[in-house]
Amino acid sequence: MSRPGRDDSPDRLYTLTQGRSRSGPDNPFDLVTLVVAECDPVPGMQSEHVAILRMTERPTAVVEIAAELKLPVNITRILLSDLLAAGRVSARHPRKAAVYDPDILEQVLVGLRNL
Amino acid sequence: MDSATSETRTPLGASADNGLKIVVVGGFGAGKTTLVRSVSEIRPLNTEELMTRAGEAVDDVRGVRGKHTTTVAFDFGRISLDAHNVLYLFGAPGQERFWFLWDQLFSGTLGAVVLVDTRRIDDSWYAIDRLERNGTPFIVACNDFGGPAFAPEQVRDALDLDPHVPLITCDARSRESSKLVLITLVEHLRALYADPARAPRQELV
Ligand SMILES: Nc1nc2c(ncn2[C@@H]2O[C@H](COP(=O)(O)OP(=O)(O)O)[C@@H](O)[C@H]2O)c(=O)[nH]1
Ligand SMILES: [Mg+2]
Repeated sequence: MSRPGRDDSPDRLYTLTQGRSRSGPDNPFDLVTLVVAECDPVPGMQSEHVAILRMTERPTAVVEIAAELKLPVNITRILLSDLLAAGRVSARHPRKAAVYDPDILEQVLVGLRNL
Repeated sequence: MDSATSETRTPLGASADNGLKIVVVGGFGAGKTTLVRSVSEIRPLNTEELMTRAGEAVDDVRGVRGKHTTTVAFDFGRISLDAHNVLYLFGAPGQERFWFLWDQLFSGTLGAVVLVDTRRIDDSWYAIDRLERNGTPFIVACNDFGGPAFAPEQVRDALDLDPHVPLITCDARSRESSKLVLITLVEHLRALYADPARAPRQELV
């Protein structure tokens, strides 16, 4: 297995994302945002979009999608924001407040102890 | 699905809706990937982020054209905790030049494990400095490579560690030992947040 994205020239990445630049601060996708497909792939769809829709039939984290596509995370986030804008996927963002939430920490502990 | 990678994918349950993060930092060869592998329900996966040479994460693909970019790789594993919570473990090299990226990628993390190879303690100085400055709660785990054993107090001294930061030894190859590392971190977090005077001021971006 080769490291993902090794031979991705900036030009290829530019083509993939059609020059879009929405992975900046307003891109809502966290590394662990769980993405869920809201439709099936349709003919003519960009192959990366097809791959994402297949992969996200079950919730799948942004970072797993990037690893599977062998694309850098920032490029993956741009692809995802296109799909989100088109209503083709939905996003379950991490609850940021969870970091401080004693109930969530307790759930994490229980989960870890049960491993 | 018929691609080789898809066959090995283990999907999450349909109700999974809350991704959580813990970061394992440490020098090259400290055992980060080994620890992640020991507890992960998936084979650790590797992915990467693009950076410009200036050390900025790339957030505008147009800006990439013609610029010298480099990639920084990290690996991760996953633990489904229950029907809703999924914990992702990230193994991140602790060197100085990567931190700009970690600050972005790992914002909102529960906390960090600093994995120390006691034969190369100084590899961890920068990571600890940075975590302290960011207000990210962490524990220190000394991965036992069978070298000369150091007393915990010696390691604590060498790292100039705040007395309340837990320091444990572990064997990253062991699932039980790696589990205990994570449990120690989360128990530490729980104690921190229960005491308002000491609660970290980590910024949630
Ligand atoms: N003896 C011993 N070897 C270990 C331990 N943890 C990792 N290793 C070995 O150290 C090497 C580097 O570990 P790795 O997880 O790749 O380090 P990383 O660079 O931090 O991801 C590998 O060959 C591991 O098998 C440990 O607890 N004890
Ligand atoms: Mg590694």
